[in-house]
Amino acid sequence: MITVELRKLVLRPRVWLSILLLCAVPALVAILLSISDLAPPPGQGGAFLSAVLDNGSLYPAAALAMVLPVFLPLAVAVYAGDAIAGESATGTLRYLLVRPVGRLRLLSAKLAALTVYIMLAMIIVVVFSLVVGIALFGTGAEAVGQPGSVTALSGSSLDPSELAVRMLAAVGYIVVSMLGFGTIALFWSTLSDSALGAALASLAVLIASSIMQTLDAAGPIKPYLPTNYWLSWIDFFRDPIFWGNIDKGLLLQAGYIAVFFGASWANFATKDITS
Amino acid sequence: MIVTHGLTKRYGKVVAVDGVDLNVREGDRYGFLGPNGSGKTTLVRLLLGLVYATSGSLEVLGSSTPAKVLPQIGALVEGPAAYPHLSGRQNLRLLDAAGPGGARRTRKRRIEEALEQVGLSGVDRRPVRAYSLGMRQRLGIAAALLRKPVLLILDEPTNGLDPRGIREIRDLLIRLNEAGTTVFLSSHLLSEVEQLCTRVGIVDHGRLVLQDDLMNLRAPTGHVVVRTPDGGKVASLLDGQVVSRDGDRLLIRHTDAAVLNTLLVGEGVRVSAIGEERQSLEDVVLDVTGHGSDRFGTNGGGAS
Repeated sequence: MITVELRKLVLRPRVWLSILLLCAVPALVAILLSISDLAPPPGQGGAFLSAVLDNGSLYPAAALAMVLPVFLPLAVAVYAGDAIAGESATGTLRYLLVRPVGRLRLLSAKLAALTVYIMLAMIIVVVFSLVVGIALFGTGAEAVGQPGSVTALSGSSLDPSELAVRMLAAVGYIVVSMLGFGTIALFWSTLSDSALGAALASLAVLIASSIMQTLDAAGPIKPYLPTNYWLSWIDFFRDPIFWGNIDKGLLLQAGYIAVFFGASWANFATKDITS
Repeated sequence: MIVTHGLTKRYGKVVAVDGVDLNVREGDRYGFLGPNGSGKTTLVRLLLGLVYATSGSLEVLGSSTPAKVLPQIGALVEGPAAYPHLSGRQNLRLLDAAGPGGARRTRKRRIEEALEQVGLSGVDRRPVRAYSLGMRQRLGIAAALLRKPVLLILDEPTNGLDPRGIREIRDLLIRLNEAGTTVFLSSHLLSEVEQLCTRVGIVDHGRLVLQDDLMNLRAPTGHVVVRTPDGGKVASLLDGQVVSRDGDRLLIRHTDAAVLNTLLVGEGVRVSAIGEERQSLEDVVLDVTGHGSDRFGTNGGGAS
């Protein structure tokens, strides 16, 4: 069933379109930056943006910072919201279930396909923005004289292999963060027969969580908000890596995945399929 | 093949299926007949395990949990469905790969066979989005046939087909049935059930009001229809036995057409057509669904 879901994933034009759009944002920013040569001053603007003019190999990190807060969750909400509700709307859900595909098996395959989708999107965005960054900004070798070293957020410099490892770790962390959010969307998808409704409900969760984060009165529940540790992947680019929030973030997302996958299963397993 | 006892499904306050005792035997071509909204589709969903019964029991292919026997069942539920951006073949490949039991090496052959059976073997790579309603319907039936099921459960299988298509599908179902497949078909089309089925269940407001072999339902009425230009002569000859007279068509109370024919011809009556009157399925349906409240208690497990 997982291979079937993956085939559906790659055969779907919408998937590639959404990833293309995710790449479009960093591409546009890179072009504007290289034309104007006006980087935001350090400490302002998007993370890493001030540094990328000197070294394009850091551009993937800047790109991640651009797509993470809104665009990536948007794509995840649309994809995960479609998981069950979309099948329900096209009527293919009933035919899958009488094939028969076990309900838990179907749900697990959907979660697996969601994971692959997030990874695919992240990898394409990272590789694409790396190419764009190096093409437009160079690797910084010209200025510093030694090939491709990058200044970490804390000031010390990182060599390219170190940077690659940290980039990979950051991508992994973001995948887990998105998966936590995607599982919430999957849950809505088992509740609703409308993929759009499920996606919007997930975005409502995202927005509510973001609002709470800025609210001092919400202090006690802040550590449990799904978006709370999303930006902690930046800590991978500190030297030494600051693990505190990363660990908490991973644990929190694991909790969200477990709880909402469990809720999805509980709801879906006993649901009357009337679509 | 399918036996249910007091099968009931409520959606909130609405009772969609109400105490249905279904009995479909092996080799039947069973027509499940009822007006739209009478609970046909809900019953099909119950049989396939898509919705869960509120009360009552069901047994399909000897198992009380549909999930176990679903690999041996081909189904069409409330219209066909397919991924619109993929071709028919791609859809069938995905569907076949999704469930257990379909060997990968026979997949291509089985798909081509199923498409051949429903008359779609020459279909090109166009996406299902571009299919006509009839083509989608054929694709849906092909999907049901993919695993060579022993039981076919088809909900309105000829929906959207033109007369030729309906004829093709009917012939296909009869062929499959003669090869040993039990066919359970739900429909609101009297003529479809009358022409295809050997056994009929009639549902009204969620209740099974009648279940019997079509032969028994279409029993002779005890009347003989005679067409003759000598209507007046017949009327005087068989005074009291003529039930009605409409032009050259006379309805005569008599049990044997052959005997009556001999009698009439012997008296010099020119008979242009003669035959016993049989109740039409339409009469039966209108009878049990129209003012059928007195028939509720008599449906049981079938009078065969």
